[in-house]
Amino acid sequence: MRAFTYERPADAGTALQAIARPGAKYIAGGTNLLDLMKVEVETPSHLVDVSRLPLAQIDETENGGLQIGATVTNTDLAANRLVRERYPMLARALLNGASGQLRNQATTAGNLLQRTRCYYFYDTSKPCNKRIPGSGCSALNGYNRIHAVLGASDACIATHPSDMAVAMTAFDAEVETQTANRGSRRIKLADLHRLPGTTPQTETVLESGELITAVRLPPPPAGGQAYRKVRDRASYDFALVSVAALVDVDGDRIRTARIALGGVAHRPWRALEAEQALVGRPANTNAFAAAGAAAMGGARGYGHNDFKIALASRTVARALADAARQQKG
Amino acid sequence: MTRRGVLGTGMALTVLQGPGAMAKEPPRSAPTEVAVSPAPVDVGMTVNGTRHDLRFDARTTLLDALRDHLGLTGTKKGCDHGQCGACTVLVNGVRRNACLNLAVACDGQEIVTIEGLGNEQKLHPMQAAFVAHDGFQCGYCTPGQICSAVGMLAEIKRGLPSAATGDLTVASMQIAEAEIRERMSGNICRCAAYPNIVAAILEAAGKAPG
Repeated sequence: MRAFTYERPADAGTALQAIARPGAKYIAGGTNLLDLMKVEVETPSHLVDVSRLPLAQIDETENGGLQIGATVTNTDLAANRLVRERYPMLARALLNGASGQLRNQATTAGNLLQRTRCYYFYDTSKPCNKRIPGSGCSALNGYNRIHAVLGASDACIATHPSDMAVAMTAFDAEVETQTANRGSRRIKLADLHRLPGTTPQTETVLESGELITAVRLPPPPAGGQAYRKVRDRASYDFALVSVAALVDVDGDRIRTARIALGGVAHRPWRALEAEQALVGRPANTNAFAAAGAAAMGGARGYGHNDFKIALASRTVARALADAARQQKG
Repeated sequence: MTRRGVLGTGMALTVLQGPGAMAKEPPRSAPTEVAVSPAPVDVGMTVNGTRHDLRFDARTTLLDALRDHLGLTGTKKGCDHGQCGACTVLVNGVRRNACLNLAVACDGQEIVTIEGLGNEQKLHPMQAAFVAHDGFQCGYCTPGQICSAVGMLAEIKRGLPSAATGDLTVASMQIAEAEIRERMSGNICRCAAYPNIVAAILEAAGKAPG
């Protein structure tokens, strides 16, 4: 690990000043950042510890949604009574991620900003455009079983590893941020992460030093919710494919549906066209299978991960059926 | 990037691969880094009920602080990447992987390790249950398993749900085999003593193993 200096500011204003120092980086739970520092993929020279900022509250918003503080742990978010009652799909996504120990430590904002688990990104002896821009992508023609099938580029086929972010994307969440000079702003979570394009080293639209202070969830939509995760190991493993589904059925017709996928792209992937195509269709297996196929319409495999296309298509269909069944109760 | 950073990177590669390999090798890390000298930090923490005021390099993890600075070698270093759970300790009563915590970030916190749970004369009920059920073979993961199990039962008591919980809206959680297996998945046992570990935890929780 490279040497660094450390400070733990008491308030967000001080943190926003501290982050201006060259080479500075925020740390909260640190479950991913400290790990990356050990292998020297991350080499901050100054750490600004934001873990004790007063951002660990979960509050109801005026319109019936939720405001989730940036440092709320994954454990506390999944255990929150309002989350369990109104956003059970988010609780399921959280509880299906990582281990008990890690969820006790990992924070909401840190979960969003965690880095890919692409093994070539971690292996500093291998080229990686995300780590060293212009050095090449080792996964493209390497072992790419866990990699992206949607929205990837020749520069990078890494995936975003979060479960929580997939669920929040389906709920149309927004992130609230602060910068030292421009004050606060809100960004749709669906717009927070970038596709790799030719600059995979730039993973979000956040400005340098911009601090996520909260995630806002709109009121939960009517209907059923389901999160379905497929992985090599039954617990404590990243998704090969995961699907967050929200379905509102009126009689036997689908009024609205939302589909977000994890494990398939550089960011949580919203399948908007597939959602639209479901509106007005009967809530049955055929419609759900068609939605699965539509969601993966533009998918491209890179060899070892070809299986993900059919797997994701079927997982979408199953998750939609789960959500419709959940609404019936 | 500073000159020290460039030289340090180049020298490391030279030692590892020899000068011939250098031209093809990408630099190890992004070219935006700023090198700083290692700086000591002062940390005060309570470990197993005893207050310690320590000074060490800011890079020291809680795991290394416990083992190398306080001599508490019961907490084990398995993977050092948060994947195996051998370093599990309780921080303010909550189980965490000591390897993924900077010790400096634990300033002012209360840590409990396996040494703080019990001793040879007076075993913690979870330790006694692991002995009674042979919840181990080589024993390397055992301190982490036991600390994790103690923290896990406290989580059940607090009503925290898990992926194995059927109905998320109920307030009280069940102590059952499926729940324990799911909740303990962050502790790997290379000897695969899992059936006996589950039996030990069930007994310590006051449940007859099923």
